[in-house]
Formats: sequence, C-alpha cells, structure tokens
Amino acid sequence: MVGQLVEGPAARQPPRRARRNYTPYLLLLPGLAWLVVFFVVPMISLASQSLQTGSVESGYSQTWHFQTYVDALSQYWPHFARSIVFAGTATVFTLLLAYPLAYFMAQKAGKWKNILLVLVIAPFFTSFLIRTLAWQTILTDNGPVVALARSTHFTNVLQWLQLTSNDSLMNSRFAVIAGLTYNFLPFMILPLYANLERLDHSLIEAAGDLYATPIQTFWKVTWPLSLPGVVGGTLLTFIPAAGDFINSRLLGNTQTVMIGQVIDSQFLQVQDYAVAAALSFVLMAVIVVIVALYVRRAGTEELV
Amino acid sequence: MTGKTSGDLKLKGVTKRYENFTAVEQLDLVIPRGSFFALLGPSGCGKTTTLRMVAGLDQPTIGQIWIGDQDITETRAYQRNVNTVFQSYALFPHLSILDNVTFGLRRRKVSDHKAQAMEALELVQLAHIAKKKPGQLSGGMQQRVALARAIVNRPDVLLLDEPLGALDLKLRRQMQIELKQIQSEVGLTFVHVTHDQEEAMTMADTIAVMNSGRLEQVADPATLYERPTSTFVANFLGQSNLLKATVKSRAGATAELDVHGVNLRLPVDRLKETTKELWLGVRPEKLRLVGSTDVGGIDDNRLTGVVTDASFTGLATNYLVRLPWGQELMVVQQNDGARSAARGAQVTLGWAPEHGFALNANQDAHAGAQDQADDSGAI
Repeated sequence: MVGQLVEGPAARQPPRRARRNYTPYLLLLPGLAWLVVFFVVPMISLASQSLQTGSVESGYSQTWHFQTYVDALSQYWPHFARSIVFAGTATVFTLLLAYPLAYFMAQKAGKWKNILLVLVIAPFFTSFLIRTLAWQTILTDNGPVVALARSTHFTNVLQWLQLTSNDSLMNSRFAVIAGLTYNFLPFMILPLYANLERLDHSLIEAAGDLYATPIQTFWKVTWPLSLPGVVGGTLLTFIPAAGDFINSRLLGNTQTVMIGQVIDSQFLQVQDYAVAAALSFVLMAVIVVIVALYVRRAGTEELV
Repeated sequence: MTGKTSGDLKLKGVTKRYENFTAVEQLDLVIPRGSFFALLGPSGCGKTTTLRMVAGLDQPTIGQIWIGDQDITETRAYQRNVNTVFQSYALFPHLSILDNVTFGLRRRKVSDHKAQAMEALELVQLAHIAKKKPGQLSGGMQQRVALARAIVNRPDVLLLDEPLGALDLKLRRQMQIELKQIQSEVGLTFVHVTHDQEEAMTMADTIAVMNSGRLEQVADPATLYERPTSTFVANFLGQSNLLKATVKSRAGATAELDVHGVNLRLPVDRLKETTKELWLGVRPEKLRLVGSTDVGGIDDNRLTGVVTDASFTGLATNYLVRLPWGQELMVVQQNDGARSAARGAQVTLGWAPEHGFALNANQDAHAGAQDQADDSGAI
C-alpha cells in the first residue's frame, strides 16, 4: 500500500527528456513582438522625427538638428512645470480621498465590499471624454455646485489660492485639477485597496496592545505597511495625469494649458512634427526621472 | 495611561454577548498575581474571548475587569498595562526584531528602551538576530520574539493566546519548558489560553476549564485530574471511565455503591451527604488487570469482563474490557511487567477505592470526550 503510494506519481511522470524546455520563451514571444512593433519601433521613429527638419508639405530630412529641443524647451517649459504641478496636486488629492475609502472598503465594509468595488469601477463603463464633459455641466455657472461654493465662500478661498480668477469654477486651474483628481481616483483606490485588504488586522491589535494610540498605530504600522499600495497608486495617477490633455482642454483656459495639450496641437494642428516629437521625448524623460527619484525615496524593497 | 497597577487580575460577572450567541456567561475569576494561569477548553468555549476582554480588544457586555484595586473595564487596549502574545505572533513585518521589541517601550517613552529590549532578547536567546526582520526567522524564533516584545514591558498581566499552536510537537515541548522557566524568572502573571490539556497541565499552576462560555472547574492540575467535579472535566482532561452507581450505605469512611449489581466502594468524603445516584469515575491507568487469585488490596474494587481490544503502544498496553452489562472500560496497563491479556480473555479489573471520584448523575457521561478527540486530532 505504502509502496504504491510512493511509486504511483513517479510512474506517471513522463520520461526525462534531454532537450531544453522552450515553452516559457515561446510564451514570451507574443508580448515581446507586440512591444517591439508598437513601442520600440515607434520610439525610434519618434526619436528620429525629433531630429529632422522640414515641413509636412516639403518632406522631412534627418539633419540631427538638436536645436529643436532647445527651442521647444525654452518655449514650453512653463507648460512642463504646470503639468508636473497639476499632476502632483491631483495625485495628493486622490491619495487623500482614496486612502480612507480604500481603508474602509478593505477593513470595515464586510458584505458591502464587493458593491463598493463595483461602484469604484463603475465610471469606467463610460468613456473618459464623456466623464470629463460631464464635469463641465457639474461646474457650470448656474449649477448647484457653484451656488453652494459661492454661498460657502469656497469660491473666495479658491480665488485667494489663485486656483480660479473669478467666482466661477469652470475654465480654471481648480477645474482642471478637480477633473484630473476625479478621472484618476480609481487608479489610486484599487492598488490601495489591494494592499490594505491584505493588512493583517492582528498587527493593528498588537500595536494597540503595545500602548500605541490609534493615531500612532496608523503612522507606525498601517501607513508603512501600505506604502507599496501608496507608491503603486501614486504612480498610476501621476504618470498619466502629467501627460493628460483632455482635462486641461475641456475644463481649463488658455492659462492652464498642459504639456499633453501642447504636444497634441503641435502634432495635429500646427503639424510641427519635430517639436512635437521632441516635447514627447522630454516629457518621457522628466517622468522617468521623477518616478525614479520617488521610488528610490519610498523604499524599493517594500514594492515587492 | 492608567499608571502602575498591580495585583490580582479579577473578572467580576463578565459576560460577552454577540447578536446570536453568548460567548462568555457570568464569568467570575481571580487570577493571583505572579501565577501561571491557564484557560483551557475546546474551541468556541469562550477562552479567547475572555483573553481579548482582558487585553482590551473586546468589551464585555456586562461585568467588570480589575487589576489590583483598579477597574480597567472602560479603558482601551493601549491604556492597559497588559500585553498579549498573539496566536499568529503579529510581529510587525516592516520593523527589525529590535524595533519590534522596543515598540511598546518607545510608546511609553522609556529612555533606555534599547538596553531593555536587548535584555529581553537575551532572555529568549535571540540577541544575535536583533537586526533581522521577522520574515527571516523560523516559527519558533518568531514566537520567542513575540514573547520578548510582550515581557519587555513588564505588564501586570501577560496574555498568551495559543502561543505554541503553530509549532511542531518537539518544539512545542521545548517551548513549554522555556516559557515556564521565563515566567518564574520574570515573576509576571501569565494567563495562557490553550485547548491542549497536556500543555495546560505541564505549564500552569492553576487551570480554569471552560465549556460553552462557562467555568467548569478551577484548580491545580493534579486536583483537576484526580478530582474532576464534572463529567466534562473528567472527559476533557485525559480519559475517564464513568459507571452509573447508586449509594447503598455509608459506613464510617467508606460508602458502599451498587453498580449494576456489583458492590463497589468509594471514600465517603467524595460524596455529598444527599447523593443517592452518581457517576462513579475511575481513570484508565488506575485500573489493574488482576488474576482471580491475586490478593491485591483487601478493599479493592473488582469488576470482571472480557477483553475486546488490546493495543500495545510501547509505554503501555491499552485495553478495552466489556463488562457484563455491555459497557466498555478503558484500561491502561503500564509496560512494567504487569499482567497482560489477549483479546477475548476473561479478566478481572481491580482498583483502590480512593482512586475513584463521584460526579453528579444528571450530567451527560460523554460531555467533553468528543471535544478532546476533535482538538487533539486537529494538531
């Protein structure tokens, strides 16, 4: 009986083959091919485009004209700075909104957990564009939100903070940041939720047992353990927000133009492909540097 | 902070009710300062709930919890001078072992927290791994870190929630001895929750046996074993043979009992004055296989039966002996050259009357037997 149990599975194993197993490499192939065709090749083409001179009508030629980068940066650096500040501010606000919500969903919601998750994801059922257009209606001058903001003098606070220039809400820095915050909120909630759901409640109890007040427990135990979720969420929010061109176009004004919007118009309206390509490259470099510094700061080993 | 409290831990009429059931019912308990106290019972008996109420992690529905002359019922966990060794250890995975152990001291702003923590780590022989993270340690080491993290605070009461449950048998035996040594070294009150009766008996000075949210019996291990007061305790701690008996007469120090027509004896002091009907209990290892011609003790109780099962375990042989009225008795015969018998053999069982104990006849003779089998089987 015992002998059978031991021999059984061994006997069913296929005979050992001498040749290597290529299956994992074969499985890698489709993804790799996709990345080469749709990422590596376009990147090279974009890099090449940024160093060409010419026009759409007369055609482009490769001239290694690095001056394009200098010109583009000197003209559009305020848009870069604005994009970083807007995206950073929106990321902070999404974190402040998402953390309590994710914590509640993960630790306290019980049977409501799944319903809340669906509600978080529900906005994705409509398009990004439609949702942003809806904010125009929400923030419209004769709408209830503006009326409430005016009656509570919130509009004055926003003006004092220079987030709006008059007592409206639309077409302002405030509107753009609010739109970004709203649109990227699920990208913050979901990683935080996934992280906080795994948080062992006995650690919270242990901290209390070891004389930590609820506030100390949060800062000494909950927060550091949730850092991987925080880092994941902030990256998923900040990176797309920094390159976003919808919110600034639909909710902003001429003073809130973000770099994504500039690139968009350089490609499609001005049709200055070299400048557009150079700006795209710089945007990517800036984001890579910021993310690298941030991840290093937040502690890479916690990201596992 | 409640400041320094010390003294006995007292539970006064503590009750914990949830929506559908009562976890703990009217619990009155005094746990003397400096003692090693065990709360023993099957899973779901309310022992962990009791522990969590002492820790401040759950609030009693009714009742009070005192340490010395202070009522701590209304205080929060972080305000109590009570520490817990959690079943899952609950070590902070992002902190080093040293930072784990200094956690409580830092919250209390103890200045030499590092020195005290190292001292506690030395006590559990883990000073050399102070810089490691919990994830790098084995289960046994994590368990000792959890212990160091709790005792370093010198709590009035140290609570241990099945602290050895996750360890393998050999390590568990070793940790039982270590825990007991550490307790006598530091002199703190230990309250140890366990479902393992052997663990409780090995370690504790006093054991409270709980069942369905109530206390069954509180006594030292020997008394619990030799003089259980309920069928639950008799069956949950070790094994017991229970015989339905009627008191025939009480003459001097010995009472005469009738068990299915057989005359058996029991010291009178084991019986209440009014008792007529009772369960007569006797532990399997107190029974002896005797020949019909053996002299034995002159006052020995005798029963005859047929061996229906005999299993040799090395240390002893376990027999099942069927009595004429169909009941089977468990007999454990030490492997010390004592008489043996084969299956089917007619045997006589003998035991000294003072090894018997009496239990209230209204109770279920099998209470606690299944709980024990379940729990020991789960390990």
